[in-house]
Amino acid sequence: MTHYIVRRLLFAVPTLIAISFILFALLDLAPNDPTGQLPLTIPAEAREQIRESLGLGQPFHIRYARWMEQFFVNEPLNLIEQAFGIEIGDSESRLRVRSWATRSPVVDLIIERLPQTLWVVGLSYLIGILIAVPIGIVSAYRQYSWFDQLGTFVSMIGFSVPTFFTGLLAIIVFSVALQWLPSIYDTTHRVTDLASFWLQIKQMAMPVMVLALFNAAQISRFMRAAVLDNLTQDYVRTARAKGLRERVVLFIHVLRNSLIPVVTLIALGIPTVFGGAIITEKIFRVNGIGELLITAIQGADIPLVQTLSFLFAVLIVLFNLIADVLYGVLDPRIRYG
Amino acid sequence: MTAAEEDRQVEPVAGPASRQPVLSVRDLRTRFRTPDGAVHAVNGIGFDLHEGELLGVVGESGSGKSVTMLSLLKLLPMPPAEIVSGQALLDGEDLLALDPARLRHVRGAKVGFIFQDPMASLNPVLSVGYQLTEPLRTHLGLSRRAARRRAAALLEGVGIPAADSRLGDFPHQFSGGMRQRVMIAMALACDPKVLIADEPTTALDATIQAQILDLLQRLRRERGMAIVWITHDLGVVAGLADRVMVMYGGQAVERADVRSLYARPQHPYTRSLLRALPKIEGGSRGERLASIPGQPPTLVRAPDACPFAPRCAHAFARCHAENPALAAVTESHEVACWYDAEAGVPRAA
Repeated sequence: MTHYIVRRLLFAVPTLIAISFILFALLDLAPNDPTGQLPLTIPAEAREQIRESLGLGQPFHIRYARWMEQFFVNEPLNLIEQAFGIEIGDSESRLRVRSWATRSPVVDLIIERLPQTLWVVGLSYLIGILIAVPIGIVSAYRQYSWFDQLGTFVSMIGFSVPTFFTGLLAIIVFSVALQWLPSIYDTTHRVTDLASFWLQIKQMAMPVMVLALFNAAQISRFMRAAVLDNLTQDYVRTARAKGLRERVVLFIHVLRNSLIPVVTLIALGIPTVFGGAIITEKIFRVNGIGELLITAIQGADIPLVQTLSFLFAVLIVLFNLIADVLYGVLDPRIRYG
Repeated sequence: MTAAEEDRQVEPVAGPASRQPVLSVRDLRTRFRTPDGAVHAVNGIGFDLHEGELLGVVGESGSGKSVTMLSLLKLLPMPPAEIVSGQALLDGEDLLALDPARLRHVRGAKVGFIFQDPMASLNPVLSVGYQLTEPLRTHLGLSRRAARRRAAALLEGVGIPAADSRLGDFPHQFSGGMRQRVMIAMALACDPKVLIADEPTTALDATIQAQILDLLQRLRRERGMAIVWITHDLGVVAGLADRVMVMYGGQAVERADVRSLYARPQHPYTRSLLRALPKIEGGSRGERLASIPGQPPTLVRAPDACPFAPRCAHAFARCHAENPALAAVTESHEVACWYDAEAGVPRAA
């Protein structure tokens, strides 16, 4: 197993280098100008100087190499320094990947935004799973019952109605009409006592539930299909023929088999949690990663877009590996050598 | 091995002579509700099974052999299946009338089941040891350790070498024949009175098939349990069974002592089946095997006529109008047919 993981990680290196190159090249080819958002009164020579100062005067391959150095060497070194409070070499003059728009290091921006995204999107993913798995099991076990019909109906809604609709609907109902929940997520809010904790829950409720509905819809369908698939297998009949309780048949025999594809699906979905939920974050004004990315794209903040996209790529490659390893752990028929 | 188990092994086998049946099934009817109407899968099957007896149930695919046996323990998916009528007495208890909790105490404890495909019938993600200890812990209330010891002994008993070390293995780590041995060990775990073997050797190759047959014969002698052996292989039945029930279209068309059945087959269906067997001597080379014309019945119609009539060479008007019931030809031989095949004339009404 260790051998397999190491090999997969080594294979990931060329993949990621290729991805970084494609990302860099695509963004470079895209027609954009970092000075485009600046006032029109700024003369052309000044704009040219700004571009020079951002390093845009150099040829493509030099810029790509510089970015590689900054991202793979300088930023990790910086993170290590921060984590352990030590100094490695000349950290003052070490170049970091900086946002064109704010001139602050991209990694700092991401670290600043990550907690909001993880709390809101991560929690919604977790709640989605916790809702979806039992619903999927019961729906499959009682196929075509009213519970299953209702579950199917709600899943279809969660699946097909976009979050910008359910989000706005939730705001109209809970913020405008009932005035129960705040419609704007206050990132600066600090939990210090019970009252502020309650406010935190209230401001998280809508974005989390809107996203949870969407996630639960997908996972519950998948769970239902997996359980249905296994319920008709011969080994279920064997388990019943042994005189086991229905509970044991369902939760030990059927569930163990049904969870294999679902766990894989869940693992593959985790990178999207880090990626944030652009639309939902935008609607509820959650200052998360998705918000950061969309603002960066609008402002042609290439280093930020580049770094964020590449980090998503790293996460996707990583969780693909994790999903494969989990598959091998859950299914004894699969052995990695 | 416990003292009780050793006792049982030296006990002389109670043959078919003991007259009180272990399992007695009467007028079992099972239907499947489908969008195209009801499928009458089992139409009034009845049989007695005595201690130590091996009853061979023969018939082609779709004749209702498996459905009959699965109905007894309600192992069919319900719906679409429903048991319309019937009685199945085991130890004076009607299995078909038991509530689910009581039925669970019969399944695996008093009646063991072996299924056809040992790969699909074992749970792929649970270890063989776990699956084997399940019935032991459920029915006998054994502790984890005791159940494990017993499971190892069971595997040893069905001829799996190094049984102790194989308990942690998963089904895919066993060969086909070994998997079927595991299935057998599982079915026998709680010393059932009745073992139902649903085509246990069909998925195996010929050598392994012979080994499994030997194994089951030995276990039957050792434990004196009654076996229902479902198969479409008349050769297997001839060498194994005490009595045979031939099924066609969800009905028993002939029921007889094994010798009597092969010596004097009565029903036209049985006779054609026996003619369809390849012969080692006698038949000249290049001679084609006899086959039965037509297709097996679809069973959508209610059983108001002889199900075999459309394919029967001897069918006459009555066969299409009335469904014959089993009637005794000799003391140990019953047939459900309006035509006396031996005499070549219709039976007297």
